[in-house]
Amino acid sequence: MTEPLTPPKRKNPLKKTRGPLNPQGARSRTAHGLTMAATEGRFALQRCSDCGIVVYPPRDACPTCLSPRLPYQEADARGVLVAETTVRVSTDPYFRERMPWRVGTVRLDIGPVLVAHLHGDLKEGEPARLELKLDKGGAPVVFALPDKDTPHMQDDPQLREMTCDPTFRRVLITDGCTPVGQAMARAFSAVGSSIVFVGVAQAWKPFQGMDALRAIERVEIVPFDITDTESVIEQAEQNGGRIDIIINTAEHIRAGGIIERRGIGVAREEMDVRYFGLMRLAQAFGPAMRFRGADGVNSATAIVNLLSVYALMNWPVYGAYSAAEAACLSATQSLRAELRPGGVRMVNVFFGPLETEWFQAVPPPKVVPSALARAVIDALKRGLEDVFVGDVAEDVRARLAVNPKALERELAG
Amino acid sequence: MSASTLFELARGVASGAIRVVDLTQTLAPEFPTIILPPEFGQCAPFRLEEISHYDERGPAWYWNNFTMGEHTGTHFDAPIHWMSGKDLADNAVDTIPVRNFIAPAAVIDCSKAAAGEPDFLMTVATVEAWEREHGRIERGSWLLLRTDWSKKPYADYAGLREDGAHTPGPSPDVVKWLVEERDVHGFGTETIGTDAGQAQHFNPPFPAHFYMHGRGRYGLQCLTNLDQLPPKGAVIIAAPLKIKHGSGSPLRVLALICEART
Repeated sequence: MTEPLTPPKRKNPLKKTRGPLNPQGARSRTAHGLTMAATEGRFALQRCSDCGIVVYPPRDACPTCLSPRLPYQEADARGVLVAETTVRVSTDPYFRERMPWRVGTVRLDIGPVLVAHLHGDLKEGEPARLELKLDKGGAPVVFALPDKDTPHMQDDPQLREMTCDPTFRRVLITDGCTPVGQAMARAFSAVGSSIVFVGVAQAWKPFQGMDALRAIERVEIVPFDITDTESVIEQAEQNGGRIDIIINTAEHIRAGGIIERRGIGVAREEMDVRYFGLMRLAQAFGPAMRFRGADGVNSATAIVNLLSVYALMNWPVYGAYSAAEAACLSATQSLRAELRPGGVRMVNVFFGPLETEWFQAVPPPKVVPSALARAVIDALKRGLEDVFVGDVAEDVRARLAVNPKALERELAG
Repeated sequence: MSASTLFELARGVASGAIRVVDLTQTLAPEFPTIILPPEFGQCAPFRLEEISHYDERGPAWYWNNFTMGEHTGTHFDAPIHWMSGKDLADNAVDTIPVRNFIAPAAVIDCSKAAAGEPDFLMTVATVEAWEREHGRIERGSWLLLRTDWSKKPYADYAGLREDGAHTPGPSPDVVKWLVEERDVHGFGTETIGTDAGQAQHFNPPFPAHFYMHGRGRYGLQCLTNLDQLPPKGAVIIAAPLKIKHGSGSPLRVLALICEART
């Protein structure tokens, strides 16, 4: 039985804040196949194209037939925990602070035996299901869970090292004026985040849903304008030391390509909100979050950036918008590297057209804001790094993996 | 007029016999700007980015870059701002004769009438009543409309509702009358624009812009401290930045008031 999480006690101000540490994180290029699957929450292993055996750990040649053709494929994650052990002493600085730590060997039904981190509710001899997780340092690891869900299983201490569960954490939603921002506020309140700070820019400007937003439990409206460096810094000075998760909902969506835009005024606004906005956010909040990456139950854990899937490949109908999203995506890759030493995850949530006014002329399927909010919560609970929400986003992602040039031509219409 | 008159002026300013009143709002990011429907181009709000602050970016000095629109904060409207003034001579901030940046002001206090009435309109009758008390407006004067709007919290100041902004301003008739019958220098307000919040529904729409700029007159908006000015006798110094082909410009607006007669 997992001990359910209780609201964390107030910190003793006389004690030093525990600094973040990461487990050893080096992986071979081939092993990054596991990284790719783990970031999206898939379970994939190498399967030999010639003799068909499933291979683990990752190799460059098949151990039975020596074939070099070992692509990663989705694999059945069921197996049995054949042996377990509890590590009580370690020389590794990260694990020393987290002893005792249970590990075990799981024999998969499809063949290979894997060493895995163990969930507290899984015992030797029991059926298990494996997941690929990202550890604190973002490296892929195998995690074994009981085959059926158990009560409060997400509260298991070893599992929580791999996830960014928003329960009892304090969240900042950067823009509460949009339907997406408001859906996020509702979702994080419902999931038990202890404070949901919601940013409102230009408070003198009324917006739709204002009263409903104020009425949400544990929502605290704060002045926050991502285009205004001073405003972002002020909010970081005010609350930056206790914000554990940031959801960047700031958006600037306008249709149109490059040539038909007259001048660069709107493009500047797009870049200001999306690219420079993320930069302001990271510079103001990043240092404190990185410092608080191991600060107990409500440690700083993630920055979630909502991104158009057209950041990955330009959709000329929204061409200038796609370009700004691409700049924002590139910045998140740098941020990921910069946040990693602090154990803070940079989560990108990609979506296609939304069911909002700025995609009015786009036919369905479209993503409703509440679905986007559900996907963000799910991503945090599972500890994902890249998430694709809705049919369009998944489709773009799949086509990009197969033939980027074909996708470029097809999006050009 | 002699050189000693000018020297007298400078001495009066230095001694305080001539009081200098700042009619300018501080340029700050949070100060409201005009809001157009989101599909239109927008006037950029004021933004400040540090270049250096005695740090590794510049060890011994502090300075900033700022960005904003021509119509952000307390600003000047040139005739070229409106299509009715687009073909006039010397209609942009860089070509307006510099002597036009100094002019006397008539200040009409409508603060009582506008209090609690965001849609208050100044009419010809309002100005005529003022003239009966203070005498005729001298030609070439700025007409400044005092409403005390500058003292309001930003939400009330911008006055945005479902059907647009609700802030006081002039009626179409009075603007035309001020230009044609009183030959004013320009029109100034405390609100975000020289026109009333609902002026897009007037005939013509935005009459203060249409008539003033159509006849080569100027606009000042987002003024403050109008309550410190006498009805007559203040001299306004309002010199916009010399922006090439500029339609307007943020600026420092000063009023000179004679405190003691010598």
